[in-house]
Amino acid sequence: MDARTSVIEKRLSKIKRIISVSSGKGGVGKSLVAASLALSLSKKGYKVGLLDLDIYGPSSHIILGVDDFSFPEEEKGILPPMVSGIKFMSIVYFTQDKPAPLRGTEITNVIIEILAITQWGSLDYLIIDMPPGIGDETLDVIRLVKKSEYLVVSTPSRVALGAVDKLLNILKELKLPIIGIVENMKTNDSTLIKYYSKGKNFKYLGSISFDSSLEDAIGFPNKLINTGFMKDFKKIKEKIV
Amino acid sequence: MHEWALAESILTAAVEESKKEKIKKITQINIALGELQQIENDIFRFALNEITKEQDKIFKKTKFLIKKEKSILKCKNCENTWSFSDMKKKLSKDEEESIHFIPEVALVHARCPSCGSPDFEITTGRGVSITRIKGEK
Repeated sequence: MDARTSVIEKRLSKIKRIISVSSGKGGVGKSLVAASLALSLSKKGYKVGLLDLDIYGPSSHIILGVDDFSFPEEEKGILPPMVSGIKFMSIVYFTQDKPAPLRGTEITNVIIEILAITQWGSLDYLIIDMPPGIGDETLDVIRLVKKSEYLVVSTPSRVALGAVDKLLNILKELKLPIIGIVENMKTNDSTLIKYYSKGKNFKYLGSISFDSSLEDAIGFPNKLINTGFMKDFKKIKEKIV
Repeated sequence: MHEWALAESILTAAVEESKKEKIKKITQINIALGELQQIENDIFRFALNEITKEQDKIFKKTKFLIKKEKSILKCKNCENTWSFSDMKKKLSKDEEESIHFIPEVALVHARCPSCGSPDFEITTGRGVSITRIKGEK
């Protein structure tokens, strides 16, 4: 029998809130929202962890400017390295940022292993940067991280919303706590996401305008904190905390 | 050592299972150590003994039977099979250690020795698992 799943609850027991930043669609800014949430909570003095569970396309380390892929320290497990005041864990520490061509079973095994051996200690918040969709990683978090809440990100596009709606329907069907919807990369006065949220009875947390200077802040958390993106995001953050 | 975390997971799972079966004392746990994860028997036994010292009576009489499990990797592309010891020579020290932490990253750092495909599976000998628990009710 696989013994690892039994210990996961214990590893997460000293964490007050776990927020999985999710979306049905890729490229909507989940990783930026997750990293920004972690950084801004840390700035406020909270103890924060950030876990990148996007095994195929990890990107939290790029946003945080992590390019040292040395193995994490070991102490009755592995200790997430401190990055800009955040305890950070990602598959990149073990892949050295090489491609990870894994199938579903292997993905699940990687997630179980990371959750079973990472010693987060006590945290106010653990933010999980989720991959897009409702596949293995989402199902594994639902199964293994029982106290996770879900923060859902969409862009004001009917194409994105088509996939986001499917994720929200699954989360709702399973009666999981949905914090609300963040509308990212807003370029016009579209009311699509706002009306969708209202119609489906999800909390609309607010919008973040498309910030053309954001790319220059990628890899520099100190710059990121002062972007227009972050300015908009701070209003949303107040509704999450 | 991260073996501690895995030893702890074995003991947590054993307690959970015993509760289900209404076992009061666990007399024996058979543990398999998959070749791919490269866990030393002595280190693992040390961790088990240290953790059980702090635990309640359920582990007072427990014997740990630890067995190494050979690894078999199978290519989905050409159906070739091989073992971790076959591919070890081509791995750097860091790559070997990555696999020690997370066995699945073997698919990141190695390829099928026959056709070069990254699309292979770990059939046996992945990591740490419980094969049997014996106890007294």
